[in-house]
Amino acid sequence: MALIEIPDFGTPASQAETLVSLTIDGRKIQAPAGTSILRAAKMLDVSIPKLCATDSLEAFGSCRLCLVEIEGRAGAPASCTTPIAEGMVVRTQTPTLKRLRNGVMELYISDHPLDCLTCAANGDCELQDQAGAVGLREVRYGNGGETHLGEAKDESNPYFTYDPSKCIVCSRCVRACDEVQGTMALTISGRGFGSRVSPSQSEPFFSSECVSCGACVQACPTATLTEKSVIEIGQPERSVVTTCAYCGVGCSFEAQMRGEELVRMVPYKDGKANHGHSCVKGRFAWGYATHRERILKPMIRARISDPWREVSWDEAIGYAASAFKRIQAQYGRLSVGGITSSRCTNEETFLVQKLIRAGFGNNNVDTCARVCHSPTGYGLKTTFGTSAGTQDFDSVDHADVILVIGANPTDGHPVFASRMKRRLRAGARLIVIDPRRIDLVRTPHIQADHHLALRPGTNVAVLTAFAHVIVTEGLVDRAYVAERCEVDAFEDWAAFVGRPEHAPEAMQAATGVPAAELRAAARLYATGGAAAIYYGLGVTEHSQGSTTVIAIANLAMATGNVGKPGAGVNPLRGQNNVQGACDMGSFPHELCGYRHVSDAPTRRLFESAWGVPIDDEPGLRIPNMLDAAVDGQFKGIYIQGEDILQSDPNTRHVAAGLEAMECVVVQDLFLNETALYAHVFLPGSTFLEKDGTFTNAERRIQRVRKVMTPKNGYADWEITQLLSNALGYPMAYAHPSQIMDEIAALTPTFAGVSYAKLEAEGSLQWPVNDQAPAGTPTMHIDGFVRGKGLFVRTEYVATDEKVGPRYPLLLTTGRILSQYNVGAQTRRTDNALWHEEDVLEIHPSDAEDRGIKEGDWVKLASRAGATNLRARITDRVAPGVVYTTFHHPLTQANVITTDYSDWATNCPEYKVTAVQVAPSNGPSDWQKRYERLSLDSRRVAADRVDAAE
Amino acid sequence: MSMLDAPDAAHIATTSDERLVHMANQIAQFFASQPSETAVAGMSKHIADFWDPRMRAKIRAHLSAGGEGLDPLARDAIAALKR
Repeated sequence: MALIEIPDFGTPASQAETLVSLTIDGRKIQAPAGTSILRAAKMLDVSIPKLCATDSLEAFGSCRLCLVEIEGRAGAPASCTTPIAEGMVVRTQTPTLKRLRNGVMELYISDHPLDCLTCAANGDCELQDQAGAVGLREVRYGNGGETHLGEAKDESNPYFTYDPSKCIVCSRCVRACDEVQGTMALTISGRGFGSRVSPSQSEPFFSSECVSCGACVQACPTATLTEKSVIEIGQPERSVVTTCAYCGVGCSFEAQMRGEELVRMVPYKDGKANHGHSCVKGRFAWGYATHRERILKPMIRARISDPWREVSWDEAIGYAASAFKRIQAQYGRLSVGGITSSRCTNEETFLVQKLIRAGFGNNNVDTCARVCHSPTGYGLKTTFGTSAGTQDFDSVDHADVILVIGANPTDGHPVFASRMKRRLRAGARLIVIDPRRIDLVRTPHIQADHHLALRPGTNVAVLTAFAHVIVTEGLVDRAYVAERCEVDAFEDWAAFVGRPEHAPEAMQAATGVPAAELRAAARLYATGGAAAIYYGLGVTEHSQGSTTVIAIANLAMATGNVGKPGAGVNPLRGQNNVQGACDMGSFPHELCGYRHVSDAPTRRLFESAWGVPIDDEPGLRIPNMLDAAVDGQFKGIYIQGEDILQSDPNTRHVAAGLEAMECVVVQDLFLNETALYAHVFLPGSTFLEKDGTFTNAERRIQRVRKVMTPKNGYADWEITQLLSNALGYPMAYAHPSQIMDEIAALTPTFAGVSYAKLEAEGSLQWPVNDQAPAGTPTMHIDGFVRGKGLFVRTEYVATDEKVGPRYPLLLTTGRILSQYNVGAQTRRTDNALWHEEDVLEIHPSDAEDRGIKEGDWVKLASRAGATNLRARITDRVAPGVVYTTFHHPLTQANVITTDYSDWATNCPEYKVTAVQVAPSNGPSDWQKRYERLSLDSRRVAADRVDAAE
Repeated sequence: MSMLDAPDAAHIATTSDERLVHMANQIAQFFASQPSETAVAGMSKHIADFWDPRMRAKIRAHLSAGGEGLDPLARDAIAALKR
């Protein structure tokens, strides 16, 4: 398997439908109108020399290498900027063109180091290639003139180097940062000979506005921008296409290898989710797989106060299995359970829930979706009949109005945000509903038409007011509703939202959103064309999370915005495989494919496949497992790839629950916070070390391909299989494709999925079955999955979490670009340089009231607990609102959060906590004790030396 | 191994019965806003679909023992639970 070669057509494809005929070098070709000559030639396998052109970027015409001669036209125009025309006759190789190209190349090489043999780009340098292609033999300018050869390298970015001595000023990097990423951190400063690439105001890359997405590195045709890993290791020799293990965008990457060593991750051009783009995490932050803190050997201990003892796999698995069996014998069948991982593959998640259902014999299985998008599952199932988003990412290219609520895509889903920004720069309108002024509100060439900076906890009030405007101002798409929705439910809902108490004016006091602004935003959503809603955890992590999702669905149905491109309801799923984990039956009340456990025909299907009875009662959700543990009824848990002590709310409650259990088995890469309370640690495998599939936020199932042997010895699915066998429930899969075959056989929406089909198609969006053999990019086109869409009333209920004199501020939480969730992976990479600690964002007036200055330590206290961190003064948050992230365990942000949760799903209300902020001296005594405790609990007993040797 | 300070006021339900009552009342609050003819049945179905048997048994026991703290709609829905 060699490196993947994907042809570069030089300029982007034209979307026109009309075809134009022309002749290139005596050969005829037809291509869509608007195609450049350069691209049309490549379609004939004619490679016109080029340097500044690449097909991910619009034509620029600066390098002057791609000149051609056109019959009837004077001179030698650039083929990248010249569109084809009917009957055109082009010659790409003539004596004149050869002279011109040689002359251009001579100029480039006169100001370029001639150290090809020791250069990191040797073998992968377009300048080298083009010098050969044009037949360069001499550089008549000699070495005596002024050059840039002495310019110093910028090595500030931890992942790539900028060497200006090699730069040919093709501007590909600048254009990539503009067009692909949309950050516009780079420019060319100076002119003529003085032109140089300039990050921000000629600052080092690391301190500039660069977000380290790597688009410039990928675009650079020379060694000017090169990955440090390539400099250190050398050129890769083979590529394997796989899927990123960070967020729910699910970028496809080429893992470029030398043997079993990963040299670099390069975004895969044909990736359907990312189309050749990436962010700092997927592109560069994969070093955690070889971090020194990674645990590679199984460990056990009798008491959590003991140091860990390294043992063999047999002993660890046997220890865990016998503990679970003893606990079930002593406390009952329902006293054990497990948590599946949203970061492991579909096949692995399926096996964990199968172990629990068939091996333990109960439905006590849950997943991290509990704490993020479980309201999406509930809300969309209720209204549309399916627990997933309705579109693919490409749909954003057709949106006329984009409404972003409770999401911060430039930080949380950066590659998708870049697509969204492209569409916004092309003219789509933007509404942002968020207590904080997220970057998207005002970013280069983009400004939101409306930013509704509502009070945390008032989403339902705002959206019901939207509905009020749409109904009372006659903006409902009546034809759509009549055809596609249950009319009685609609009429009831319309009467409900039409009541005066739901008007924007009546809601203003509660929401803090000026009524006129809200009305304008609602009108824009309803009348601006194809309107798409994108939302995230700022919607779901509330006591009315499910109600808000229902309100979103109501708005989309009322305006006819479901079932067509450019519209829809788009939950931005957080984790690489949280969609998949939910699909695979990780919820305690549903078997895979979202079928309730009480449904007898479904249970019979599984019972006959698995050979055991399936419990017909819903099992425990994670918070209820912890409640039951504190009550003494839940005693054993198998946790794969989750860190509930850091990520779940009300840390004290989680700790109490874990402490009360007799057997906690943690399967993970590192000794995470939850492992402080574990008795068995099973070392897991990374996404580089296993085969399987992930399903992204678009319902797109993509392959994860193994590129190296698991350093811990087993892929995660193999470990679950070992445990299941030791428990007495046999599993004998030889390869994950067999697990997928079983999933397909048992799940109607996956019926057409197989590894063979995924190889052929690249990826598949479920449902994939006889009705949709090629998968389903856009859902609910002819009808909703439940038949007719259901409108449901959404009454605003203020959260129980109230501000008062003692806790007058509202805390909300979120993510940043460089770190990922609890930071288990990203803190163990150089991404830590960008965000070494969580900080508290506080408005200048609130800070002044408290005597807090930038960078001061502050105590953040709620009714649940307190912690200390540093302050950042900013007006991104409104007065009365503070904000922090949760990427560092020592911050323990979840000591502060309460145990209030969504009424329907128990999704924690992370986004609304009443707090007080006061100056402090530094980390609290408790934080220092926690740090000490963390170190103590991670002690591993040294190996005993055998006396005989 | 309690490494955390005791919480402030007991606004968070500390017993599991209190938790269940709180959860039930939250669900009741949603269904109370729905058309009245569907409210009780809707809430009952929600509990049957999502609460595990022990939680249901506990809340029924709590109702039998007087149902302190339970909203009227929650009482009706729990009473209507089939199992």
